[in-house]
Amino acid sequence: MVALVSALRSTSVADIEPGLDPKLGPEHLRLLDGCRGPIAVADLASDLDLPLGVVRILIADLREHGLVNVRQPAPSGLSDIGILKEVADALRRL
Amino acid sequence: MPYGDSDITAERRRAPVAIKILIAGGFGAGKTTMVGAVSEVRPLRTEEALSEPSTRVDVLDGVERKTTTTVAMDFGRISISDDLVVYLFGTPGQKRFWFMWDELAFGALGAVVIADTRRLADCFPSVDYFERRGMPFVVAVNCFDDARRYPLDTMRAALNLTPDVPLVLCDARQRGSSRDVLVALVEHAVARINSGQQFTSAR
Repeated sequence: MVALVSALRSTSVADIEPGLDPKLGPEHLRLLDGCRGPIAVADLASDLDLPLGVVRILIADLREHGLVNVRQPAPSGLSDIGILKEVADALRRL
Repeated sequence: MPYGDSDITAERRRAPVAIKILIAGGFGAGKTTMVGAVSEVRPLRTEEALSEPSTRVDVLDGVERKTTTTVAMDFGRISISDDLVVYLFGTPGQKRFWFMWDELAFGALGAVVIADTRRLADCFPSVDYFERRGMPFVVAVNCFDDARRYPLDTMRAALNLTPDVPLVLCDARQRGSSRDVLVALVEHAVARINSGQQFTSAR
């Protein structure tokens, strides 16, 4: 849910539209447009107002076409005391 | 070249960090309220399998093949910096959504279990779940205006909590109070790392 999705650098909607794969629908293009920078799956679903499961399937399609990259968001953060202290300090300032 | 703190910081700048925290508790305990009080709430929907009871209740004539339904999830974000974001996910309370918990818990920093003293037993399943999973969690007693107040020791005993699990009082409506609960959770996670306790759900 917080895995980060990002469109691969060379791809943009304009690039793929001419030779558009018939399996890629408008939702795929919207999604591709929405993940120009790394974005969490849940944020993407929220931005596009699509259910999580739908977004996951779209991401899987795009990944199959080599259009997006998906990775876990630095899981080392959970055991990195420095990051956790930064989080605690930032929360205290809320 | 030595690997110092500055290297870790530089590395982090390249790789955004998303911290996931779960907000659990019984129905009506204050999960939605807490997410709303302390974070930027974002609309999030998920679609889930229709359970047997609801397929009997929902009129499915003409849509016999419909086996899923869309549900709203409590979801909020706290942006700490460009590359560090805390995500809050409310765990669905109804039994039929329990299968979602493992997915939500995967890679989570920890959980807040909200307890309502009028229905304390409602939070037992959540406490059990996080204990079994070995995931850091704190229990936050939501002090409803009309609920009787009990000493923390009494509640700790009633919840059968081990001494290391933080138990705090809160008012989920108050931003400051909900924030303090999250701080308690993060501090608890840090304390567990310092004491060498392995965190199984980071995998």
